[in-house]
Amino acid sequence: MPDSSAVEHGASVAAEHEEHPAYLRHHFESTEQQADATNFAMWLFLLTEIMFFGGLFTAYLIYRNWYYQAFVAASHQLSIPLGGFNTLLLIVSSFTMAMGVWCAETRRKSGLVLCLCMTLVLGLGFLGVKSVEYREKFEKHHVPSYHYSLNSFLDPDSDEAAKAAGDKPLPLDVARHTEVYFSLYFAMTGMHALHMIIGVGILVFMIFRAQAGAYTTGHVTFVENFGLYWHFVDIIWIFLFPLLYLISRH
Amino acid sequence: MSESTIVKLPDQSTARIPKMNYLSKENGILSWLLTGDHKRIAILYLISLSFFFFIGGALAGLIRLELLTPQADLMATDTYNKVFTMHGVIMIFFFLVPSVPATLGNFLIPMMIGAKDLALPKINLLSWYLYMAGGLLALYTMATGGVDTGWTFTTPLSTHYVNTNVLTTGLAAFIAGFSSIFTGLNFIVTIHKMRAPGMTWFKLPLFVWAHYAASVLMVLATPVVAIAIVLVALERTIGIGVFDPTKGGDPILFQHLFWFYSHPAVYIMILPGMGVISEVISTFSRKRVFGYTAVAFSSVAIAIFGFFVWAHHMFIMGISNYAVLVFSLLTMLVAVPSAIKIFNWTFTLYKGSITFETPMIYAFGFMGLFTIGGLTGVFLGVSGTDIHLTETYFIVAHFHFVMVGGMLMAFLSGIHFWWPKMTGRMYPEKISQLAAVVTFIGFNFTFFPQFILGTLGMPRRYASYPPEFQILNVFSTAGATILGVGYLLPVLYLVWSLRYGKIAGNNPWQATGLEWQTQSPPLTENFVKMPIMDHDVYDYEWLEAQQEKEKEVASA
Repeated sequence: MPDSSAVEHGASVAAEHEEHPAYLRHHFESTEQQADATNFAMWLFLLTEIMFFGGLFTAYLIYRNWYYQAFVAASHQLSIPLGGFNTLLLIVSSFTMAMGVWCAETRRKSGLVLCLCMTLVLGLGFLGVKSVEYREKFEKHHVPSYHYSLNSFLDPDSDEAAKAAGDKPLPLDVARHTEVYFSLYFAMTGMHALHMIIGVGILVFMIFRAQAGAYTTGHVTFVENFGLYWHFVDIIWIFLFPLLYLISRH
Repeated sequence: MSESTIVKLPDQSTARIPKMNYLSKENGILSWLLTGDHKRIAILYLISLSFFFFIGGALAGLIRLELLTPQADLMATDTYNKVFTMHGVIMIFFFLVPSVPATLGNFLIPMMIGAKDLALPKINLLSWYLYMAGGLLALYTMATGGVDTGWTFTTPLSTHYVNTNVLTTGLAAFIAGFSSIFTGLNFIVTIHKMRAPGMTWFKLPLFVWAHYAASVLMVLATPVVAIAIVLVALERTIGIGVFDPTKGGDPILFQHLFWFYSHPAVYIMILPGMGVISEVISTFSRKRVFGYTAVAFSSVAIAIFGFFVWAHHMFIMGISNYAVLVFSLLTMLVAVPSAIKIFNWTFTLYKGSITFETPMIYAFGFMGLFTIGGLTGVFLGVSGTDIHLTETYFIVAHFHFVMVGGMLMAFLSGIHFWWPKMTGRMYPEKISQLAAVVTFIGFNFTFFPQFILGTLGMPRRYASYPPEFQILNVFSTAGATILGVGYLLPVLYLVWSLRYGKIAGNNPWQATGLEWQTQSPPLTENFVKMPIMDHDVYDYEWLEAQQEKEKEVASA
């Protein structure tokens, strides 16, 4: 062992060991290092998520550019009140999540459980509204390759939403590209909804753990990191909502 | 040769394997399957990777056997398609991408930076399980009929025209991708947050720099292929039209998304190998790596440039001429940082005290073969020659020179170099030198004729070919046999050495890295005391001074 310069660390670790909280894992030197490392890992994971959704956003960008008219007409089929309501739900849920993290940091157990429950309810509310929207697409035959119908675009007068937006009838070769729009709509909101479902699952797990007092002993990394994930999923929606619902309304 | 060797093994009568080490700490299969120890996970990876390598190798053997004769006589042509597809899928996703990072990187990065473990041990174990899940799914696919799209899953072939197991193979690659993301994420966090006192960024071994650059690629590029695979799966199952031209989608978009990962992926594969070569060249020429900073930053430069060259896989796929021009230029730029590495290694050798242990022979093999592979890459980056050479055996030869001649040589070099650290025992030197030479000869016999075949116009991915190509194909198949022997030998003598190898001692190579300044095999927590990095990296004078001091202490 040539490292004669090494500090007398073995002995000091043994002496300090009593003071370390139980959640400090053996390979970290301090709780700060542990919290730092796990937080950093979560940010990196969110970076991979950005790249994951980035592929979809790229596809959207290209096809919107190519099939502008079809994308405009197809986006008129989405309901701004429902989408707006969902946006509101998610923003409020981000607030309750942030309050939850604050409760965990200040060791308020009942506050944390309440905030997590509210986040869960708002998240489920979002998914509920989303399923109403999906159902409407099924009814109007706007699901790609599943009895897909061009009626709303070839004959806008027969369709309430298209009529309300004042759409002109599209020629057939333009109208058929609305299917690409709905492909992307389902891929993007579907991927987002999948992330919401995973988040809801973790929330349920966390509510039980929080009730047992696991996050109010000073070890808040898990709550913090989940908070980051939840905010990230919200932010994806903050981009999806204008791109899919709002951008083509003039 | 043995006179010149720097291995000074401890006296065999007194040498012992340390009683307490990471291997002896716990026993039983569960202590391995539930371990959080980065060294044990590295061993798990080494065993499973070798398993997949030999499956992929057996498939390569079948390909070469089929190509021995001009007619498609060994197997039906669609079986041949499945064989080369599975060879590609298994070798790329289950061997090359995880090879050095998951074994050597896992084992060594915490030790090199003076940490007790990777930052996220559970995630590390999870990534091994994901790797195994993906790998077993790929084997299941193979057993139930295989897939014949080529490893690139090109649309619309993969979405509309083939009726093989595209979905399960895609899922296998998807799962393996997450394993790779978690490994890269773990490395980045560890390198940022777990360094020992005094271990500044410019005292990190170049092995760590190379892994850092590769990890950035894993984290940023892999999710993009994940979404591409998801879209292919959605197109196959429910028929959404993102890549379907009949609905207005564009199959070229799939290629953009796919190659946005799969080009950086070749740097994920090669960068860790370059890290190994830096360590080996420095140790066996007893010199600090020439231009340390340049080599470190060239890794980062390769990672950055690597993101902007993907479309050179698509020159003949119908992208615009201006795109071809830009990507051709960027492709040639990426040769610069690679050349910086090769030149700096060469200058490291200059006036060094070179010895020729097995890792060094493999490293020389790497330098030669990687240079040829890299230079032929320029032929393919120039759009004019690319149109002639693409989709021929020239590409096959180029890719294998870089990946097999480069990466596999580096992998074997690293396995031999750190074998004493991993197991506490030496591999047998003479036979392993022989294996290294056999590998080099077999490799050149196998793949050099393929450059000529490609230039003459023999297309890739066909089971039959015109009879005038036969002589070169016979050369190639014969070489593959030699190459197979070269790969089997290490398995035999490395397993043998586990029991009968000489005791290695802490630092048989007199190397300067922190991983050598502790016992072999190491303790579960790697170091007895937290090391302090008070000297420069690759500082051989510091090492000598340390040993002088120890001798004085011992004699006093």
